[in-house]
Amino acid sequence: MTESMGLMKGNEAMAEAALRAGCRAYFGYPITPQNEIPDYMARRLPKRGGIFLQAESEVAAINMVYGAGGAGVRVMTSSSSPGISLMQEGLSYIACAEIPCVIINMVRSGPGLGGILPAQGDYFQATKGGGHGDYKLLVLAPSTVQEAVDITYEAFDLADKYRNPVMILGDGLLGQMMESVRLPKPVGYLEEKPWATTGCGYGEPRVINSLYIEGPIMEERIRRIFRKYAQMEQDEVRWEEYLTEDAELLVAAYGSTARIAKTAVARARDKGMAIGLFRPISLYPFPYGKLRELAGRLKGILTVEMSMGQMVEDIKLGVEGACPVSFYGRAGGMIPTPGEILTQIEAMWSRLP
Amino acid sequence: MELVAARPGTLTDKPFHYCPGCTHGIIHRLVAEVLEELDLRGKAIGIASVGCSVFAYDYFRCDMQQAAHGRAPAVATGIKRTQPESFVFTYQGDGDLGSIGIGETVHAANRGENISIIFVNNAVYGMTGGQMAPTTLLGQRSTTSPGGREAKAHGYPLPVAEMLATLPGVAYLARTKVTSPAGIHTTKRAIKLAFRAQIAERGFSLVEILSTCPTNWHLDPIAALEFVDKEMAQVYPLKVFRTFE
Repeated sequence: MTESMGLMKGNEAMAEAALRAGCRAYFGYPITPQNEIPDYMARRLPKRGGIFLQAESEVAAINMVYGAGGAGVRVMTSSSSPGISLMQEGLSYIACAEIPCVIINMVRSGPGLGGILPAQGDYFQATKGGGHGDYKLLVLAPSTVQEAVDITYEAFDLADKYRNPVMILGDGLLGQMMESVRLPKPVGYLEEKPWATTGCGYGEPRVINSLYIEGPIMEERIRRIFRKYAQMEQDEVRWEEYLTEDAELLVAAYGSTARIAKTAVARARDKGMAIGLFRPISLYPFPYGKLRELAGRLKGILTVEMSMGQMVEDIKLGVEGACPVSFYGRAGGMIPTPGEILTQIEAMWSRLP
Repeated sequence: MELVAARPGTLTDKPFHYCPGCTHGIIHRLVAEVLEELDLRGKAIGIASVGCSVFAYDYFRCDMQQAAHGRAPAVATGIKRTQPESFVFTYQGDGDLGSIGIGETVHAANRGENISIIFVNNAVYGMTGGQMAPTTLLGQRSTTSPGGREAKAHGYPLPVAEMLATLPGVAYLARTKVTSPAGIHTTKRAIKLAFRAQIAERGFSLVEILSTCPTNWHLDPIAALEFVDKEMAQVYPLKVFRTFE
């Protein structure tokens, strides 16, 4: 059951999807280009019996998320690149303490203060841990406002299922554009969380913790969270294929960039080139298996990103040398055009044996 | 036989790991006694911080969360805001609260966050081996101020309670010490008032308790107590800064 809402801005649509997913607490700190999310939450969340609080910093915000998530409520934060950097300490603790929560990163350009324009330079930070120690976030990258809604809605279930933080990796483009959306129905009953610290009553106390000072116990803790990651790698791998069946060359791209690449792929098809698109949706767990399968019958893969080349490393890992991998990237908030990508496709096509 | 003294039900049976002469043990017990006397165990959620009291979750027999260094007031905020019926307290040292977590402390206080903080000030980083804290006294030696703290190089001892006393969101704020039976008695009364401030939904409450660190001060336990009485209490005067009744 969904409800058509007409046109909605990406950031607001995701905020509404979070509310419908049962998000009852939001903690965040202002940063462009995601301010519509806290603004929306500030207006709507208290009316639905939830808590909105503007924290004094992203450092505090993620630790409020830790506290609220540890006490069992569906909780989220949102930010953009420099703010997400500040949350890395908290995310490491949250992953080890196995607290479910959702983090939206509307990526802007970096390093440093960078700029407020769309970018994809946070891929490594999002998918390879980000903070200290051995852990992963479950990372999902939508490429349309509708997909952003669907993923946000599901992210809370995934966070609860794995007791792991789920990051939605968007960018300024996705957050700011308006598209027509259908919104899911608000969730009803949510399962109890017997591990949550809500006051133990007459029962046994619960402890939310990430400190295990003895090596063997800490190692077992890490192995325990990695068993969850193994499960995710089995059950949560997502991707989209477009015109891959007879393709000799693939463009690989995620998020907003994949939409632009899709247009370029369609144009290349019009020109008679056998090109397809491979779009990872889950960035962790990454669709290595599917990629390897496709690579066996390809003559090459062109990876396109709004970065100097980050996902391309996972593409190469997945391809295992089965075909050549090339890269085209724009950075600093510059968005590749379909024409630019088409030029890259044509160049690669013309070099084919 | 009549039982005249017992461990409060709010403390676990685990022996404290604290050094001989350290007053964390006394303070843990006072917190536990007040939790029990106010019948808070079932609805309490405690926050352990980073430092010597990092294992507080092993000692208090109530729901506990362990927080990153300095972040306990933010963690407590997340819990209390979403579980307003619960009782939320943090237990933090002076490095945790006064240095790396001073931002979280000031803002939680300024929001009038309805939480209670037990702030144990021993003027040194204990767990990491005796480094200078923001609360280290002028002239006091530490491993990172080996010649003694100098104002010009290291700044001044940070008067946390005096700073917080300027904020309207604070409902109860006191500084005490536990170097004598009378001090212990006063401290327990202060903790009880702080906890009652939260129960009455008056806002932020904090008790700063001057504590010893014989190990890192390189003093025997008696001399350490005397250091609190004669030196620390001069710089950090005992006072009820704010009360709500």
